[in-house]
Amino acid sequence: MPADERQDPEQPGQPDERPTPIRVLIAKPGLDGHDRGAKVLARGLRDEGFEVIYTGLRQTPEMIADAAEQEDVDVVGLSILSGAHMALLPRVVELLRAKGMDDVLVAAGGIIPDADLAALREAGIAEIFGPGTSIGQIARYFRERARRPG
Amino acid sequence: MSDPGSLLEAARTGDRRALGRLLTIIENQDPTLRPILPRLFAAGRGAHLIGITGPPGSGKSTLVSALTRALRDRGRRVGIIAVDPSSPYTRGAIMGDRIRMMEHSADRDVFMRSMASRGELGGLAATTWQAVAALDAAAYDPILIETVGAGQSEVEIAGLAETTVVVEAPEMGDEVQAIKAGLLEVADIVAVNKGDRPAAQQSARYLRAMLSTAGGRVGRTPAPVILTTATTGEGIDRLIEAIERHTREARSPEQSRARAVNQLRRALAELAQRRAVAHGAWLTSVEAVAERRLDPITAAERLLGS
Ligand code: B12
Ligand SMILES: Nc1nc2c(ncn2[C@@H]2O[C@H](COP(=O)(O)OP(=O)(O)OP(=O)(O)O)[C@@H](O)[C@H]2O)c(=O)[nH]1
Ligand SMILES: [Mg+2]
Repeated sequence: MPADERQDPEQPGQPDERPTPIRVLIAKPGLDGHDRGAKVLARGLRDEGFEVIYTGLRQTPEMIADAAEQEDVDVVGLSILSGAHMALLPRVVELLRAKGMDDVLVAAGGIIPDADLAALREAGIAEIFGPGTSIGQIARYFRERARRPG
Repeated sequence: MSDPGSLLEAARTGDRRALGRLLTIIENQDPTLRPILPRLFAAGRGAHLIGITGPPGSGKSTLVSALTRALRDRGRRVGIIAVDPSSPYTRGAIMGDRIRMMEHSADRDVFMRSMASRGELGGLAATTWQAVAALDAAAYDPILIETVGAGQSEVEIAGLAETTVVVEAPEMGDEVQAIKAGLLEVADIVAVNKGDRPAAQQSARYLRAMLSTAGGRVGRTPAPVILTTATTGEGIDRLIEAIERHTREARSPEQSRARAVNQLRRALAELAQRRAVAHGAWLTSVEAVAERRLDPITAAERLLGS
């Protein structure tokens, strides 16, 4: 419907002051079968009020970047525990930039050795979250850093 | 370039990033969209709108993916919108339909968008029909619209789609339980999916018998029942044939008018609400109705100035 102003669904008649939910893509690049963390994260972020698009396992960087473009997400979250992060994560950032999506926040998590963190940040991964990170911490970071602040 | 007008122009010439951003503006009901709505609808090329609905887990997304594969083989450019429920408490959502469709993700002739229902109860989001118009303007045809996993009453899709496919999956044992009458009434075609399961043939026979005697479809042919196995592609060609056969009936003047009535009703209801809410007497009317000094019908009439 054409809307001159959004309305609060719980208080019809009141303008909806709450921001629109932040859209997050959660993807698992490469041949990595560890999906527990990605699923925990997807559910946790849903409960924190995010709209989460989960793409499932075994995604190429091309598939992830194309999905991010069609879904016009605010955050791309990459979960990787296979050890192939140095090959796959920078490639996703590269492809997103080639599409003009420089303003999308790209974050990662999983099993990533400290020695690789600097190189990944250099390549455009904004932040990397290891085992034991709480969902609350991740949600707070996304709210602070996503291009459409929540 | 971020105003909806330029985004629409860019989307029409194949800019997928622009289409993605335009869809966000639509979804957020951004006020900047209103001036270009007439242009958005005028830019439509009359894509075939196909609704895919059915109970949770019946295989809607897998079927959409299989249909997309077959339609791509026929040289069609396919648009997909999949709607998932938002939590009424947190407003968050998990949209997992893409999992089944990722094989098409990097295909430039397929555009797939996930939408959260954002408080709407009919199985779609309030802005789904505008999102469909945007895909139509960008020359995707057909456009497949997957609803929220539906029960009896999530039948909004029938007012939007030209062809509504209801996807049922055979239940082990009691097949009757799986059949939701409200949903079957809006079916133009019934796909009995998971055809690889032993109960599938029996479910299909049962549904055929039921639909051949079903009321509520006066003047319309009974919905065909087609056995599919979305995971292998079995039956998909027959389903596409049935969809194509249905196109002529769907585009008859009567059916086109019925859909127009539906869209107008929807637009009118929302317009009336917005007018009433913007009226100076809105809050006093709410109080009057709450304190039972005024009945809601009279209050509504006054707010609309009649
Ligand atoms: C459970 C597990 C499995 C299960 C996976 C079940 C499943 N469906 O997920 C099974 C048994 C199948 C398995 C198999 C294998 N595993 Co395993 N597995 C683990 C284990 C013990 C725990 C992983 C887990 O689920 N953690 C719980 C979740 C909730 O935590 P998480 O994924 O880390 O996610 C958290 C954070 O990292 C972060 N996060 C994660 N992703 C993201 C993304 C974003 C965007 C953000 C912001 C945050 C974020 O948030 C989460 C919440 O805090 C780890 C060891 C470990 N301690 O991590 C090994 C481990 C990951 N496995 C390992 C290996 C080698 C394998 C196998 C190759 C073993 C083999 N030889 O067969 C296979 C490969 C399977 C495959 N196909 O890929 C190695 C990987 C080594 C490496 N990368 O160098 C590990 C580290 C064990 C080890 N110490 O050697 N494994
Ligand atoms: N055996 C069998 N399984 C199938 C078939 N089609 C889909 N499935 C499986 O059924 C499960 C649900 O499939 P989806 O396509 O996600 O179902 P859906 O109706 O989109 O689900 P929601 O969107 O959650 O309502 C998945 O595990 C599919 O692999 C089929 O033809 N045969
Ligand atoms: Mg689905």
